[in-house]
Amino acid sequence: MIQAFRERRSLRIAGLMGPGAFWLIVFFLIPLLIMAVISFMSRDQFGFPAPPLTLQNYGDVVKDIRFNPSISFAGGLNIRLFDGLYLELFWRSIWLALTSTIITLLIAFPVALFMSRLPRRYRNLTLFLVMIPFWTNFLVRTYALQFMLRGNGPINTLLRTLGLAPIDLLFTPMAVMVGLVYGNLPFMILPLYTSLEKFDWTMIEAANDLGANTLQAFRRVMLPLISPGLVAGSILTFVPAVGSYITVELMGGGRTNMIGYTIAQQFSASVNWPFGSALALLMMVIVTIAAVLYFRSGRGEQRAVL
Amino acid sequence: MTSDSTIILLGERGEIKPKPRGETRRFGVGRFALVTIALFTFAFLYVPIVVLIVFSFNSARTGATWQSFTLQWYDRVFSNTRILEAAANSLIVATLSTLGAVVIGTLMAMAMERYRFRGQSAWDGLLYLPVIVPEIVMGISLLIFFAAVNISRGLLTLIISHIAFCMPFVYLTMRARLADFDRSVEEAAQDLGANEWVTFRRVTLPLLMPGIISSALLAFTLSLDDFVISFFVTGVGSQTLPVYIWGQIRRGITPEINAISALMLVLSIVLVIATQLIQHRQRT
Repeated sequence: MIQAFRERRSLRIAGLMGPGAFWLIVFFLIPLLIMAVISFMSRDQFGFPAPPLTLQNYGDVVKDIRFNPSISFAGGLNIRLFDGLYLELFWRSIWLALTSTIITLLIAFPVALFMSRLPRRYRNLTLFLVMIPFWTNFLVRTYALQFMLRGNGPINTLLRTLGLAPIDLLFTPMAVMVGLVYGNLPFMILPLYTSLEKFDWTMIEAANDLGANTLQAFRRVMLPLISPGLVAGSILTFVPAVGSYITVELMGGGRTNMIGYTIAQQFSASVNWPFGSALALLMMVIVTIAAVLYFRSGRGEQRAVL
Repeated sequence: MTSDSTIILLGERGEIKPKPRGETRRFGVGRFALVTIALFTFAFLYVPIVVLIVFSFNSARTGATWQSFTLQWYDRVFSNTRILEAAANSLIVATLSTLGAVVIGTLMAMAMERYRFRGQSAWDGLLYLPVIVPEIVMGISLLIFFAAVNISRGLLTLIISHIAFCMPFVYLTMRARLADFDRSVEEAAQDLGANEWVTFRRVTLPLLMPGIISSALLAFTLSLDDFVISFFVTGVGSQTLPVYIWGQIRRGITPEINAISALMLVLSIVLVIATQLIQHRQRT
């Protein structure tokens, strides 16, 4: 009888898990595996994958990396030890994604703090104001920003009417950065707010009473308690930023290249699926490592307090 | 998500929970700075959106000089069959993939929450993966997959892909709901003689309905918003609205895009209000 019960139980689990498990394996895992295999394939004359297996795609990524120390002051201090086309591409993508995540965090934190300290009525109103861009199509929002900043857009038209010279606001690394911050702000504000809203401010008073100064109270009491929101917001900002495609095209005009954009190009303009797959796999590995490390550090922070 | 692939890490849709404390404590330090930063940030977020909506009523074909008020771009949007087709495709894909994602995501959440079995923690990790994998990687891997198994791209591939990226979000939302579920009501029903199916139909399902509706709205919005994945798995003649808009933007700006964008903005505002109302009703 126990046997029969066990059988029924596992049948039920299989029935409940089955469809979802099937979908996840067939339409998520297997495509990723095929992509990984293709990254080791050569290509035919049309750019599509063909045997034999090769390491050349990964070789192409690293082949022009040379030891070439340099310092330049163009656009801030740049110290480089190595150079190479794709090394630079990966470096620029990570750097832009990281910097934009930090800037987004620096803006979002005071905003979320401000929201969480408002009286309830106003708090809900500001929350609503964040949720609208949060749920609005990312493409449409980036387009709206591009429309504002373009050569014959409202800002430059205003400048011309005032008799001033128009400024080039688009198609620079700076424009991509502004686009990333603009696009990702709601994804940072909302989780931060959710954490801050639950935060009990008497804890800070308690810390102060026990002799902690403001900085200590923030670092040792507040930071660990809001770290779930911090981690969630940073991941929701960083991951899409590394792989961003829309922003690179609309704000950077494709001139400030990033890795996601280059990958997309291998599948559209210049057909080279194996090379695109290799780049995609490398990007996925980097993003996953970054996310896991960040999750870990967040958890370590919490453990340190408990 | 996309980009918006998103919410789950923060629970569901930034739900507003009542706070036990009453009035806001006064905080002297930097209050002025906080207000200023917040005002500038909201202005930064909203000015481009508002400007775009305003200019969608501008009769000038190019440039940003205001000529006169017109509704002609909206008129053109509603008489352009390609736009209407794209909008219809978006709605078909969003509806069907929401249905699929909600059914399989909810079932999976029930299995994971109510049973303990071998390999469970592996599934748990796997279900988080689509949140961390960049959209572009998911898009191209699906493109490669459909090419490898020789399925021609179209509405079917769009629906399959959208179910794949919406399902984890439904799963995570439903899992949270199920964790709060009071199972004693199910036991009570069975004590009163209901069999398992009747218990599920008459007790479990109605109690889960609010969560199911929330996750359906979530999946629907994610699907409607998606551009990057759709871009790679769409075929000729099965463009969704974001893919159509992308093509038009790249071809150069036309005022029609401003009008469609404004319409999509209004749609998101309506969806946000709908979600808030549903959640408000659930609480009261």
